[in-house]
Amino acid sequence: MIFAGITISEAAVIGLFVASIQFATLLYLAALGETIAERAGVLNLGVEGMMAMGAVAGYIGGAASGSPWVGLLVGTAAGAAISVVHAVAAVGLGADQVVSGLALTILGLGLADFIGDDYTDDPRRALFAEVDIPGLSDIKWVGDVLFSASPVTYLAGVLGIVTWFVFNRTSLGLGLRAVGQSASTADAAGHSVVAMRMGAVITGGALAGMSGAYLSTFVVGAWSVGVTAGRGWIAVALVIFGAWRPGRVALGALLFGFTLALQLRLQPFGISFSPILVSMLPYLLTMGVLIVISYRARNQPSPSPAGLGIAYRREER
Amino acid sequence: MVLHGLVFAETQSNPLEKETIMKRRLLLILSILLAFTLVAAACGDDDTDAGSGDDSDDADGGSDDAITAAFIYIGEPGDAGWTWAHDQGRQAAEAATGATTLTVENIPETGPDFEQAARDVIAEGADVIFATSFGYMDAMESLAGEFPDVAFEHATGFKSNDTNFGNYFGRIYQARYLTGLVAGEASASGNIGYVAAFPIPEVIRGINAFTLGVRAANPDATVSVNWTSTWFDPAVEGDASQALLDSGADVIAMHQDSTAAGERAEAAGARWVSYNSDMSAFAPEAYLTSAVWDWGPYYTSVIEDVAAGNYSGGASWDGIETGLVGLGSFAADVSDDVKAQIDDLSAQMAAGDFDPFTGPINDQDGNEIIAAGEVPPDFAAEGLSLLGMSVFVEGVIGSAAG
Repeated sequence: MIFAGITISEAAVIGLFVASIQFATLLYLAALGETIAERAGVLNLGVEGMMAMGAVAGYIGGAASGSPWVGLLVGTAAGAAISVVHAVAAVGLGADQVVSGLALTILGLGLADFIGDDYTDDPRRALFAEVDIPGLSDIKWVGDVLFSASPVTYLAGVLGIVTWFVFNRTSLGLGLRAVGQSASTADAAGHSVVAMRMGAVITGGALAGMSGAYLSTFVVGAWSVGVTAGRGWIAVALVIFGAWRPGRVALGALLFGFTLALQLRLQPFGISFSPILVSMLPYLLTMGVLIVISYRARNQPSPSPAGLGIAYRREER
Repeated sequence: MVLHGLVFAETQSNPLEKETIMKRRLLLILSILLAFTLVAAACGDDDTDAGSGDDSDDADGGSDDAITAAFIYIGEPGDAGWTWAHDQGRQAAEAATGATTLTVENIPETGPDFEQAARDVIAEGADVIFATSFGYMDAMESLAGEFPDVAFEHATGFKSNDTNFGNYFGRIYQARYLTGLVAGEASASGNIGYVAAFPIPEVIRGINAFTLGVRAANPDATVSVNWTSTWFDPAVEGDASQALLDSGADVIAMHQDSTAAGERAEAAGARWVSYNSDMSAFAPEAYLTSAVWDWGPYYTSVIEDVAAGNYSGGASWDGIETGLVGLGSFAADVSDDVKAQIDDLSAQMAAGDFDPFTGPINDQDGNEIIAAGEVPPDFAAEGLSLLGMSVFVEGVIGSAAG
């Protein structure tokens, strides 16, 4: 293939999209979890910490059992378990959500570091293999990119569709969104605000943990301190980027995944450009898209849940 | 009371709300306290871990002969890379000298943590402090002025004095050149990938030396550089390696701190030259050899100098002659010819008879940058020098500009 006089092999182009999907899966799982929590009105800035817990628990579970599925399960459970801290502090006690979420990030990173101390130089690996979807994986190019991925990628897609369905087609989703818009109204309508919000936070924690476990059972395959490298924060930003909608968040994750993959491929493609400027690409893109979105939506109401970040106490009306 | 009234002026009408606001403030304060506690807990594992070298050491560091040596690390020894290599050196020096050693892990380059850690180990009686990351340099310099009786040894920097502040590093490029010979032999396609952190002289020098080695074994081979802009981010390192593999590279070399680049080479059926330590366990099929550090002899000699009162700072840039740099184990399929050539060149480099950067050497555009028979100086205010290397040699594909 030739672009602007530069020859790029077919394998390299496919590789670009395969890597985009891998990064997108990683970001989407965590961002989807945060979307659920925020639609219920709870901002959780602890994604990075929950992801780190998922990564360390996922690695240990996988290495100990020899099965990446066990790793994924243990990592998901660890993310859910640590998110209980935020559920209790921010929802149960009504503590400041920003402070509690930041504390959760610090707690998660520190605890993961502590638990994983003996595993950073462990050479054991329990890795997911790519799974070909029969029939579809033979489609030229598209099959290699979309239908020959790790099972976690398919799972992320399914979870995205399930979340959309629950949000828009079930009474549980309606209640959840009502709790996020106006907790007191939802309370008056008979929804249990505390139970719904806690459930949403813990579901979000499970998905962030799954994202971390995907990192340590597929993308990297190992545990080390700092393996999450700030990707939990990108997931938080993606929720805003995607206007709190599972579908748009997925598009954002794909776009972000693409730029992350592209920035490491311009040089092998022979495009000479400052690596420092190239590493700014995802962030420049975010700013650009946010400007376009907010300009186009300037006359419309904000897409953010009206009750986001506001603690609910029944005795305060 | 007036102030109190002002603060709650808007809510005076409802005494219940006033109480709630106070409750909420209390919760906020509790949350902040919780956050601080967690910060403290997270940083809590930088406990100074006294080694088992000498039980007779006393707390005031006074009259006995045992030296206390403190090591302040950027990461933790479990990284299998940079910090691991330094910690192996610490253990070797402890065994050789009987010194007591203290370690402090995970100290960031920026912020007040380094200075606090250094003061802590001085309070615990450290006679010499080894600090293993570039960013500690300025804090080391000012502490050296404040504590003239403590020896300060800083790795990878460029500042020193002639009494109690020294900098140290090693000529790892010599080992890089030798690993290039192995990679050049192993590459069938002649397309070799190099996953590299930042375009700074240390990394550029390593890429150049490696490439010169590759082309000594395989004159038509090229080395494609992929910059990651990070020392340590396994996901990025792995994907940067994948990108090179997708573009046809069949051997991957690296200047990174994790094993991720090699694990992708393993999965792709390609080969790998590791750095910092012998990482063969992480990618046993891909692993070819490695450019490794052995800090033990250097740490031993500095501790002995400090114990004897002979320490006087200065700059140290040792090479293969002291064993500071060398190669890890070889894969089974590395040929005896190449191993013999490596033995021979190692001996020549140790004796000062051979230097990888001996001209004629051209830059990427084919212009001669080192004339026949010349070797660039370690440092020069102007022109090409080893410590100021900022251009790629012929055979490297990529940009050396930041």
